[in-house]
Amino acid sequence: MNEYHLTSPINDEDLRLLKAGDSVYLTGTVYVARDAAHKRMIETLARGEALPFDIKGQTIYYMGPSPAREGRVIGSAGPTTAGRMDKYTPQLLDLGLKVMIGKGRRSDAVHESMKKNGAVYLAAIGGAGALLSKAITASEVIAYDDLGTEAIRRIEVKDFPAIVVIDITGRDLYQEV
Amino acid sequence: MRQIAAEDISKAIAELCIEANYGLAPDMCSALDKAAEQESSPLGRKVLGQLQENLRIAGEEDIPICQDTGMAVVFAEVGQEVHIDGGWIEDAVNEGVRRGYVDGCLRKSVVGDPLERVNTGDNTPAMIHYSIVPGDKIKLTVAPKGFGSENMSRVFMLKPADGVEGVKEAVLKAVREAGPNACPPMVVGVGIGGTFEKCALLAKKALLREAGSRSELPHIAALEEELLKEVNEIGLGPAGLGGSTTAFALNILTLPTHIAGLPVAVNICCHVNRHASRVL
Ligand code: SF4
Repeated sequence: MNEYHLTSPINDEDLRLLKAGDSVYLTGTVYVARDAAHKRMIETLARGEALPFDIKGQTIYYMGPSPAREGRVIGSAGPTTAGRMDKYTPQLLDLGLKVMIGKGRRSDAVHESMKKNGAVYLAAIGGAGALLSKAITASEVIAYDDLGTEAIRRIEVKDFPAIVVIDITGRDLYQEV
Repeated sequence: MRQIAAEDISKAIAELCIEANYGLAPDMCSALDKAAEQESSPLGRKVLGQLQENLRIAGEEDIPICQDTGMAVVFAEVGQEVHIDGGWIEDAVNEGVRRGYVDGCLRKSVVGDPLERVNTGDNTPAMIHYSIVPGDKIKLTVAPKGFGSENMSRVFMLKPADGVEGVKEAVLKAVREAGPNACPPMVVGVGIGGTFEKCALLAKKALLREAGSRSELPHIAALEEELLKEVNEIGLGPAGLGGSTTAFALNILTLPTHIAGLPVAVNICCHVNRHASRVL
């Protein structure tokens, strides 16, 4: 089990390094989206329109923060259950999504699509939203503002801690415990 | 008849929503500290250390423990000699939730219609459970419930012939299926008996009982101990990454039931098992 400090978006070479069980500290840009935003993105694609951000090579963090207090970047900001996004995920992976951050198991369909597309799934510690918020240095709503906590955000992270659960070979840490 | 102002109910509920979301009760904190010392897996110990750090930051820097500040589950035990002045108790509770979630910078996680799914914007309505009790006081408990773990909760309508073995299997099945989704270490609330709906409510109430306490019924206390041990032997561990701490506590409540049935409900809660109470 190795430890890596990586820049986000993670490049293909670094993605290949990551093995299930490794610790990762991410620094850079990450997009934030959860249930309602995923539903809307997929509807957008169905209409033949473009997504609100270029997803190729990017990272999505499944998260809906609590409101930021005045003068703060963000509120509590831990991961939500990734499995609820499974229905929408293969389509986004086919468009080039490379890294997902959440918590909990993924479906067989997501596993297959990840393998096909060379993507990784990282877990952040569920229920550590106060701690994880300290690793977020900037946050901006970039789409679907009307969805409140479920809007799409672009955030900047510094040494954001996560653990590789599913690597590009399809190994799944959850299945090994 | 003792008079209690509806406004006092709103005020108490607002404060309880905030209190519950920024800090855990001492029983949950010591369960975490104890587990951090005893956890067998190095990665598990690291995760538990992060959860301790998370609680410290939440308290010191005014950040909710978890971003899912829950749906507001409220237990209102209303003394039958109480008269509520100046409004309906249900409105008063919801006004309290509204203020607590808006003023307390808590997340608004409620949609008004389960299918149309438009956020109500103020985390109302609360899910309120009333009981009429003797006396002239009102006891209010706010237990914000996150849905990562709520989604993994189950009701099993077992047959009497399934017996205690069936109950054990049901609980272990629910915990295994919850896995990493429910943010372990968990607190497992179990209801046995009653009817379909009462059994589920028992399981929810079981989550309120102090972590580490035991049922007053000797055979249930023994079952709690045995099941907690078996749950921890699953090896799911902190964050589901493996280890000896899968649950901090397992509490069982029971009710009489029908000759034809053995309802079992398992309400899974994460390590952020929040509740705060006040007597008016
Ligand atoms: S299950 Fe609990 S700890 Fe996990 S995200 Fe939900 S409320 Fe937070």
